[in-house]
Amino acid sequence: MAATEHELRLRDTRSAQPQLDPRMLAVRPGDPANAIELRNVSRTYDTSKAGLNEASFAVRRGEFVFLVGQTGSGKSTLMRLLIKELEPDSGSILVAGRDIGELRRKQIPFYRRNLGVVFQDFKLLPNRTVHDNVAYALQVTGMGRREIRSKVPDILRLTGLATKLHHYPDQLSGGEQQRVAIARAFVNHPPLLLADEPTGNLDPETSIGIMQLLYRINRTGTTVLVATHDADMVDRMRRRVIELERGRIIRDELAGRYAPSDVSTAEFGALLSEPAPAPQRAPDPADDFDQAFVD
Amino acid sequence: MRLGFCIREALRSLRRNAVPSFAALASVLVTLLVLGVFIPIVQATTGAANDVRGKVLVNVYLQDDATPADVTRVRAALVADPQVRSVEFVSKEAALRRESEQNPDAYKLLGGTNPLPDTLRVTPKNPDNVLALVTKLAPTQGDGGVTGADPAIESVRSSKDDTEKILTATKVVKYTTGLLALLLIVASILLISNTVRLSVFARRREVQVMKLVGATDGFIRWPFVLEGILLGAMGATLAVLLLGVIKVALIDPLVSDFALLAAPQTIGFGMLVGVLFLAGVVVSACGSALSLRRFLNV
Repeated sequence: MAATEHELRLRDTRSAQPQLDPRMLAVRPGDPANAIELRNVSRTYDTSKAGLNEASFAVRRGEFVFLVGQTGSGKSTLMRLLIKELEPDSGSILVAGRDIGELRRKQIPFYRRNLGVVFQDFKLLPNRTVHDNVAYALQVTGMGRREIRSKVPDILRLTGLATKLHHYPDQLSGGEQQRVAIARAFVNHPPLLLADEPTGNLDPETSIGIMQLLYRINRTGTTVLVATHDADMVDRMRRRVIELERGRIIRDELAGRYAPSDVSTAEFGALLSEPAPAPQRAPDPADDFDQAFVD
Repeated sequence: MRLGFCIREALRSLRRNAVPSFAALASVLVTLLVLGVFIPIVQATTGAANDVRGKVLVNVYLQDDATPADVTRVRAALVADPQVRSVEFVSKEAALRRESEQNPDAYKLLGGTNPLPDTLRVTPKNPDNVLALVTKLAPTQGDGGVTGADPAIESVRSSKDDTEKILTATKVVKYTTGLLALLLIVASILLISNTVRLSVFARRREVQVMKLVGATDGFIRWPFVLEGILLGAMGATLAVLLLGVIKVALIDPLVSDFALLAAPQTIGFGMLVGVLFLAGVVVSACGSALSLRRFLNV
């Protein structure tokens, strides 16, 4: 594991590559350099509540993207489309250059193993300990017990939960539960991590810790998409911002703010220099997605 | 497959969901117990009813002057009849002996005379056909006409009223117990599968999370099904043990006193136990698998 720390640092310096404007790359057949690509995706609900309306955008591999907008603007719909809990009415969604609409029902679990998902309500298994919650994500892939036993404590140490291994979720604070969820999402080293309001239930102090964790995961090369209401956080981090309103994309800025008129209060960078646990990645982060399409 | 994993998961969820598990176990226990008591009762009742029906007889009385040759002829004709199961010959003397044993005073008055005719006792194949058989064999019809029956037959009797009563009563008993048994079985299946559904429903969120993490349907289903099997087996074991206690403590000492308990047609205890055990396990396993199916479509 000592080598991984070193590797991490290397990766951190490499991730400072210049970012390309994703909109210029959007209309090409399945560019594998795009972690996510939406092409005119629409999805409406029966109850006339806003879903998505002709949304198109692309996210390059390794990007950190905020998805902002009011309640009902379509953020959650977008997330649910990406994890294939919903199907789009029209348009196509490409992940790592492959159309996920082509996935057959049997392939969906294998596709999901390449996604890390984090939710506002944590979605932990209530009758399993912290250790077993994280281990479950490895068990579903058919990993052996010995390997699981060595991997889980590692990832939990990196998310700062080494002492809570045998606690149950209801014995933890909200922030700790969210850390468990992130550990579970990242334990398979997915190329893409989706977070739907990850700080929605947490106080600002705890939120910073969670955002730090997500940011560090991003720096290992994982593409991170965060849907959030947290204006403060978005303004501090100054990453790419995609704003939705009633299902339409109304703004897509690199290094954007939560709202166009907002003034940045402080730089987030200072916070990142604090000693925070560093998550790890497998040596080659690319293309586990392709396995999901194997018959 | 990963049998060890399935077993560990099933045991974990039994331990962590003690209350719903206990509810499912209890419902299996109670229904199997009731079925275990009821099935032999139904069988004994039907057996008894069949017994009574088997006793329906047709008496064919021969002419007073019937010769042994006549007897043989009539007997052969009766045995050849497709509706007849067996024929028993009771001679004048045998009849007198039997009657005077039952009613010695009345027959003493008769002195040495014997008013009883030779009789052929006919047991019909199907008790429902008794009346038809009587009409066929009787030498004179109700309207005074004459049938082609043997001239040596004096008259044919079957206590008509009694026969009809017995036939109706036993039919009612059979159908009622059959219906009750059917209702009870349906109710048992519904009760068990409903309880299992409830405990699965209580964990639908858990299933949803498992799906999100990328678990395949089989990976989620088999521990659940195994859990159902374990619950069913435990409930059935308890029920069988209780039935065993009931049998040894209550039934066995009484068998010699009550014909109904000793009725030969009832199911053997081993067989009963096997059937109940299998039913408990299968119903709860299927209940788990079927109720889980709804939540797997995420």
